[in-house]
Amino acid sequence: MFAVLIDQFWSLTIAGVALGFIYVLISLGYTMVYGVLRMINFANSEIFMWGTFGTVITNRDIFHYTQLSDPAKGWKLALVLISALLMSMFVAALTAVFVEFVAYRRLRAKGTNRLATLISAIGISIALQEVMRLLTASRPVGSPRVLEKIILTEVWGANIRLDTVITIIAAAIIYFLLERFIKLSRMGKAIRAVSQNEDAAKLMGVNLNRVITMTFLVGGLATGAAGFFYVTVFEYTKFNIGFTMGLAAFTAAVLGGIGNIRGAFLGGLSLGLLETYASAVLGTQWKAVTVFIVLVSVLLFKPNGLFGEAVQQTRA
Amino acid sequence: MKIRNYWNLRDFGASMWEKSNRPQRIAIAIGSIFLVGLLPFAGASFLATPIAAYDAVLVYPVGVFVLMALGLNIVVGKSGMLDLGYVAFFAIGAYTMALMGTHTGLNTWEIMPFGIAFSMLAGVLLGLPTLRLRGDYLAIVTLGFGEIVRLIALNSSWTKGPNGIANIPMPPDIGPLKFKLEDQKVFFWVVVTMILLVIWMIRRLSIRRPGRAWESIRQDEDAAELMGVPTLKYKIWSFTLGAAVGGAAGVLYASKNLFIAPEMFTLNVSILILSCVVFGGIGNIWGVVVGATILGYLPDRIRFISDARLLVFGLVLVVVMNFRPDGLLPRKKREKAILKREVSV
Repeated sequence: MFAVLIDQFWSLTIAGVALGFIYVLISLGYTMVYGVLRMINFANSEIFMWGTFGTVITNRDIFHYTQLSDPAKGWKLALVLISALLMSMFVAALTAVFVEFVAYRRLRAKGTNRLATLISAIGISIALQEVMRLLTASRPVGSPRVLEKIILTEVWGANIRLDTVITIIAAAIIYFLLERFIKLSRMGKAIRAVSQNEDAAKLMGVNLNRVITMTFLVGGLATGAAGFFYVTVFEYTKFNIGFTMGLAAFTAAVLGGIGNIRGAFLGGLSLGLLETYASAVLGTQWKAVTVFIVLVSVLLFKPNGLFGEAVQQTRA
Repeated sequence: MKIRNYWNLRDFGASMWEKSNRPQRIAIAIGSIFLVGLLPFAGASFLATPIAAYDAVLVYPVGVFVLMALGLNIVVGKSGMLDLGYVAFFAIGAYTMALMGTHTGLNTWEIMPFGIAFSMLAGVLLGLPTLRLRGDYLAIVTLGFGEIVRLIALNSSWTKGPNGIANIPMPPDIGPLKFKLEDQKVFFWVVVTMILLVIWMIRRLSIRRPGRAWESIRQDEDAAELMGVPTLKYKIWSFTLGAAVGGAAGVLYASKNLFIAPEMFTLNVSILILSCVVFGGIGNIWGVVVGATILGYLPDRIRFISDARLLVFGLVLVVVMNFRPDGLLPRKKREKAILKREVSV
C-alpha cells in the first residue's frame, strides 16, 4: 500500500504541488469574497468553469490550433499561453462581476438574511452551468495541445514536465502579485478594511459597493487563472468540472482558515499534496473521503483552520 | 389601523384560521386534506406534466421533496443551522430499505423503523463532534458528510457500487389499497400521511420546550447558552429529528423506485431541498410545503422547454430571492406582533 507512495514520492509531490497551486488560485476566489461578505460564494466553481473555456476559445478559435496541429514553440508559444491566460482571467472576472451584480447586489442593499443570498447564488450557479451545458451540448470539450509536454529533467526518479513547471511558477507569481495587491494597494487596503469591520470602513469613506465588486473581480481573476492552468495540464474541460474542483478548493480555503489569503495558499498546497498522496495509497476513488475526514478532524481541533489567524471570530 | 392585504397569503390564511372556531377548523383541515388527496385524479387538467407520468411526479419529486423539506426545515428553519448534506440521511434510509428489502424478508413498513433509526444514529454520530462548529464551517462539514455517504455507496462492494441495487420490494397492500408501479395514487396518499405526521410533530414540538430552545438558539446561541439552554443537546435533537424525516423519505423512495444507485444522492439533492425551504419561506411550515411543491413540480411541468428547464429553474431562484428574500410565504415577523399590540391599546 505504502510502497507506491515511497516509490513515486517525488513525482507525486510534484504533481501534488501543481494541483495544489490550482487549488490555491480557486480558493482565493472563495476566501476573498468570504472575507468581505462573510458568505460562501457558491458560484465560484462555475466562475472557474467559465474561465477554463476562455483558454479553450483562445487556443481553438483565436489561434486556430486543432487536435492535429503541431504544438507551438518559442515566442509563439509564449504569446499563445499568455493570451490564453489573460483571456481566462478576463472571462472569469467578467463572470464574477456579473454574479455579484445579479445575485448579490440587490439582496445586499435590502440587508436581508444570508440564506436568501446563498440561494440566489446557488440559482445563478445553476444557471451558469446550464448555459454552458446547452452551449456545449453536454459534451466534454478537448483543448488542442498547444504546449508540448516535454520532460525537462529527472530529479530523484521523478519526471519534471514542462506544463507542471509552468503551472507551478506562473501560479506562484500570480499568487504573489495578488497578495501584494491586497497588502499594498489602496484598493487592497479598502478590501481588508471592509473584511475587518464593514461599518467602520464605511464611516471612513470606503465605497462599499466598489470594494465588493472589486473583490469579486480580483477573486475572479485568480479563479480564471486557475482555469487556464487546469486546461493546460488536463487539456480538456466540461460544463460540470466546476463542482469537484470548487468543492476541493473550498475545502482548501477552510483548511487554511477561510477569509485569510495566506491560509488559502497553505491550505491549497496541503490539500493538493494530501489528495495526491491519498489517491496513491488508497486509490483515487477514496481521495475525497480522506480529504473530508482530515478536514473534519482539523475543524474539530482547530476550528479556525490550520493556519487561520484568530483575528475575526467566525460568525454564525 | 387595519392591515388588509389579500396578497399577503400568510396573514390572510392565519386570520382565517384564527377567526374560525373548533368545528370550522376541523372542517377546513379535513376539507383541505380531502382536496389534496384528490390531486392524483387531476391528471387531465392543466396540471398534467408533459413527459413524466403525472401521478408519479406527485410522489417523487413533489411529495418526497415536501417531506424532506419539512425535515430540513427543523434543522435550518427552526434552529438556524445550515445543513448542506441532508441527502446523506435520505441515502441512508434508501440504502437501508434496499439492503434489508433484498436480503431479509421484511416489508417496507417493518424496515421503516430501521431506516429511521439508522439515519438518526448517523445524525447523532455526525452531530456530536460537528455541531460545536458554527455557520459556514458546519455547512462544509455536512456537505462533506453528504459526499462521503455517496462515495461509500459508490465504492463499496456491499452496496453493489455504481450499479446500484435493483429489485427492491414494493410495499405490501394496505387492505384494498394496492401499490402499483403504473398507478401511484396509493404512494401519494402514503406520502401525504407521512407529511401530515411530520407537520403534526413539528407543530407540537414548536410550542413546547424544544421549539422554544431552537428558537432561542436560532436568534442568539450565546445568549441561549447563558440563559441555561443546553444548546448542544437541542441542536443534536434538531439535527437527529431532521435526519429521521430524511431517512423515512429515503425508505419510501427506495420502495417506490424499486431501484437505487449512488448517482441519485448527489449534492444537488441537498441543494434542491435547501432551495425548497428558503424559496418557500424558511421556518414557516406552510411556506416550506408551498416552496417544495413548486420547486418539485416546476421542472416537470416546464418540460416542453425540455433542455432549458434547469436554466429556468436557476433563474427563478435568483429572481424570487431578489424580490422576496424571505421566501414566498415567510414566517411571521415579530414586528407584526408588536404592531398589533399597539393597535389594540
